[in-house]
Amino acid sequence: MTTSFVPVLLLLIVAVGLGVVFLSLNWVIGRHQRTPSKLAPYESGVPLLDTNRKRVNVRFYQIAMLFILFDIEAAFLYPWAVIYRRATYGNAGMFLFGEMLLFIVLLAVGYAYVWKKKAFDWK
Amino acid sequence: MTQALLMRYLLWPLVKFLGAFIVVQAIVAAMNWVERRLLGLIQARLGPNRVGWHGLLQIVADPIKFLLKEDIVPSSSEKVAYFLGPMLPLIPTFMVYCLIPFGPPPMFIAARVNVALLLVLALTSTGVYGIILGGWASNNKYSLMGGLRSAAQMVSYEVPFGLSIVGVLMICGSLDLVRIVDYQANNAWNLFPQIVAFFIFFVSMNAENNRTPFDLPEAESELVAGYHTEYSAMKFAFFMLAEYSAMIVNSCLVTLLFLGGWTMAIDGKGLTTQQLVSMGVLGGIIGLAIFLTKMMFFMFVYIWFRATFPRFRFDQLMDLGWKWMIPLALGNIVVTGVFVLIGQERLMYWIGLATLGAIGFHIFRKPVPAVKAKTAHEVAHAS
Amino acid sequence: MSTLTKFSAIPYTGPAPTNREPYVPANVAQTDARGEEIAAKISNNALQQERGQDMPSFSVDRNAIVDVLTSLRNSGFTIPLDLFGVDYPRRSGGRFDVVYQLYSPQANERVRLKVRVAEDESIPSSVGVFKGYDWYERETFDMFGVKFEGHPNLRRILCHEMFQGHALRKDYDPAQRWLLTEQGVAKLLPKIDPKFENVDTDFERVTLNLGPSHPATHGTLRIVVTLDGETIIGADTEIGYLHRCFEKMAETHTYQQVIPFTDRLNYCSAIINNVGYCMTIEKMLGIEAPARAQHIRLMLSEFMRISDHIICIGTNLVDMGALTNFWYLFQPREEILGLVESCCGARLLPTYTRVGGMAVDAPADFLANSQRLVNMLPKFIDDVEKLIMKNRIFLDRVIGVCPISQEDALSYGFTGPCLRATGVPYDVRKASPYLGYETYDWDVPIADGGDTYARFLVRLEEMRQSLRILQQAIDRGLPPGPVIVDNPYVALPPKERVYNEMESLIYHFKLIMHGIQPPVGEAYFQVEGGNGELGFYVVSDGTKNPYRVRVRPPCFPIFEAYPQMITGQTIPDAIAGLGSLNIIAGELDH
Repeated sequence: MTTSFVPVLLLLIVAVGLGVVFLSLNWVIGRHQRTPSKLAPYESGVPLLDTNRKRVNVRFYQIAMLFILFDIEAAFLYPWAVIYRRATYGNAGMFLFGEMLLFIVLLAVGYAYVWKKKAFDWK
Repeated sequence: MTQALLMRYLLWPLVKFLGAFIVVQAIVAAMNWVERRLLGLIQARLGPNRVGWHGLLQIVADPIKFLLKEDIVPSSSEKVAYFLGPMLPLIPTFMVYCLIPFGPPPMFIAARVNVALLLVLALTSTGVYGIILGGWASNNKYSLMGGLRSAAQMVSYEVPFGLSIVGVLMICGSLDLVRIVDYQANNAWNLFPQIVAFFIFFVSMNAENNRTPFDLPEAESELVAGYHTEYSAMKFAFFMLAEYSAMIVNSCLVTLLFLGGWTMAIDGKGLTTQQLVSMGVLGGIIGLAIFLTKMMFFMFVYIWFRATFPRFRFDQLMDLGWKWMIPLALGNIVVTGVFVLIGQERLMYWIGLATLGAIGFHIFRKPVPAVKAKTAHEVAHAS
Repeated sequence: MSTLTKFSAIPYTGPAPTNREPYVPANVAQTDARGEEIAAKISNNALQQERGQDMPSFSVDRNAIVDVLTSLRNSGFTIPLDLFGVDYPRRSGGRFDVVYQLYSPQANERVRLKVRVAEDESIPSSVGVFKGYDWYERETFDMFGVKFEGHPNLRRILCHEMFQGHALRKDYDPAQRWLLTEQGVAKLLPKIDPKFENVDTDFERVTLNLGPSHPATHGTLRIVVTLDGETIIGADTEIGYLHRCFEKMAETHTYQQVIPFTDRLNYCSAIINNVGYCMTIEKMLGIEAPARAQHIRLMLSEFMRISDHIICIGTNLVDMGALTNFWYLFQPREEILGLVESCCGARLLPTYTRVGGMAVDAPADFLANSQRLVNMLPKFIDDVEKLIMKNRIFLDRVIGVCPISQEDALSYGFTGPCLRATGVPYDVRKASPYLGYETYDWDVPIADGGDTYARFLVRLEEMRQSLRILQQAIDRGLPPGPVIVDNPYVALPPKERVYNEMESLIYHFKLIMHGIQPPVGEAYFQVEGGNGELGFYVVSDGTKNPYRVRVRPPCFPIFEAYPQMITGQTIPDAIAGLGSLNIIAGELDH
């Protein structure tokens, strides 16, 4: 039933509204006393030695990619997991189990490869 | 007809949501006070005790203070992203409330959706955008490092978090949170057959919320305040609000998935949903009370952890997530699959119970003496 | 009126200190003989023995200093304790004395070298011999303007970039003030250089400030690190944010007035500083505090040591995210400070000792309160140990983190728990006992590895050993008698006598107006502070003001080694290591 999602959408609007209202309220009644040093980026109270915009460590992207791979695998498992139990009552249980095992073995091979490539090592 | 639809899909959920919202916000505010008082108790000090009775009015004083504080926007920040930073994590955590059943349906659930669990997971995992955006927009090295660490940590633990639920789904066979709870009431808490999944879920949920021992993104001694270093006033409050709300959402989830939610029953005997619904309003209140008690226990554990553990180093944290939790979670799925296949689920309950007993025994047995420094005298006599 | 009869009006009959008399240390003959042996062993023509000092002393020609230091190091003097200047502006043949002090852990003896240098002359840098002399030479340059040839980075260390002149020169006006403006900061910036070897990686390097205003730098320190990914590949430190030139202030005050300044050195264990300073002056005066005062000094020193370690362990764990230990341990610390308060009315900065004894007697319930503390402390230590020492997260965070080898620790001049964590059992209380430490039964804890974990182990065990000493001290009880020497040239007479006797009034007036006047000479005395050897070197010209007071702050060389220790580690490790070193800014910056 798509209609049951209506409240969820509704709440999106409420949440955004609340956020904006509180932030504006803070902006209106909070004090404003700006000085250049207050608005400067904070680095332990001393002038910057280096720019703040640097290229980000490539490992973070690695992790992001690995996450997408493995999280999609997890998402694939959800529908399977939901129907698995009912399937075992019939005679499709063994088949479904084998499918899942195959899937996890494939996943494990990829996982082992990534491990061996030291993608999980940060030191 | 339209009026009825309006009632059903607009007004009634709104009322329920506002109810849930107010209750949860009250809990968030109260948790702040509870956390500080409880930490005080554990750490042999007082905590806030000046505003109102036992410092209880601190709950009101803090938001007022946040409202009155100066909202500093650093001159070199990316203004739009800086504004979006605290907004983004707040929105999904608010939205999640309407999906969570706080008590027996239909009274305590704002929107009953058949894929509630999936939606909850999807919404909570969007919280990372705000943090990484806020960290990047601040144009500050500490913020950026905190934001990146946080992002890496959250996505890393998202995987075992998601995988650990698969076992529960295999046993309960539904993504509807109400059905999962009912299944547990009719059998036993998922904590027992899914003990491994429970611990993975629990650890991941601590990591997801950036709580000790996984509080690296805001590791104050290393990165000042992590991604919210440059944030002040209400924007800072939003980050805190989002963190505490996410803690509550996760405590609710673990209660629903592993501890039988609002029911208190084994094998269909005791306070099941039917039992509670048949008791009317009183049943609803009892169910709510049971649910809140279980949830508050996990909130307490959060605080307890914070008082007990030092924090991980980043590489150790990634090691734990990728090298331990994921294989364990996958193994758990296979083992659960085997047990379900051969129809020996009861055995899993006993194995889980035995494991819990073993852990308890390990905790309470006589401790091994810790390593001590040698004395110069001992060294001289040993050689 | 009630106490009038208690004091008899017997005038002081002991010797009066005669001004401008030279200071004669105890065991001069022995020291001189030992000096001859050392001189024979080194056999360097540039070495000339100076007799009549409190330790084997030599004057060295400036060009030969590196050779002499090298041969001394090779003959066992492996710890560079100190390097500092003394200014004699009216002297001919070189205005400054640059004093080197070394210690030999094997032979348990010290040696002092003096190099005379004129304003326009320079000394060859000895950084190549002892790593620890890097900062000491910079400090001497900063304070006196003495140049060290071949020093890799000879720039100011304690004073800021806009400071002009050299503060410890006698002709420098102590009232002079220099403001640091943004231009000065701009001048300083390019000089901070986290040196790193150019390793080839895929990452863009980031240079990051940690401190001075950072939650991990307890006190105001500044660490600049260059990161390659997550790893620190280069680090530099900047200190002096809390510099107030204690040594210059001491020169403009009387000997008694310096005592409050010593409180501010290591403010976590202030009484040990008081004791160290007062015992140095007592050594010069040739007097000894009464047994009762010594007993109180010893007990409070041990309590202060425990409190110092409590702060170190607590804040170190806070840096690692474990909050509870810090707050939990603050309870016994509060009690210890309460005990100090019951003695003298002040808590953190007590100024409790005086030259020749204590300011006031300890209260009647002092022993009972101490016993209560000694009974309660083991529980706290055990609890903290239980909470962390078997915690995998904690162990993973500290084992092998920020290690320093024994060789390097010696070369940098480490003392105290940080040195003992590398396996050198050097403790001043054992090596050259004072206050009667030799009569107590206790051990020096040591550990291997020199990492953060080892430092934890040593500090935890040291608290237990301090408790052992304290228990014995309590069992012995406070000896009866006065708490300050009966010498009106050193200690003020009691108020009742001042009000009622002519002599006492005059003595009181004389001591207030003219101060204590130690004999002419120089002396060095060391005590075991919370962080290691806390030494005071005092030069007296026979007047009421010290001619030169030099403090040897134990965490100065320890922090000097910090950049080396964190290179190759990650930021969280660096923070965990910093906490375990117990850097106290007040002591570090003099």
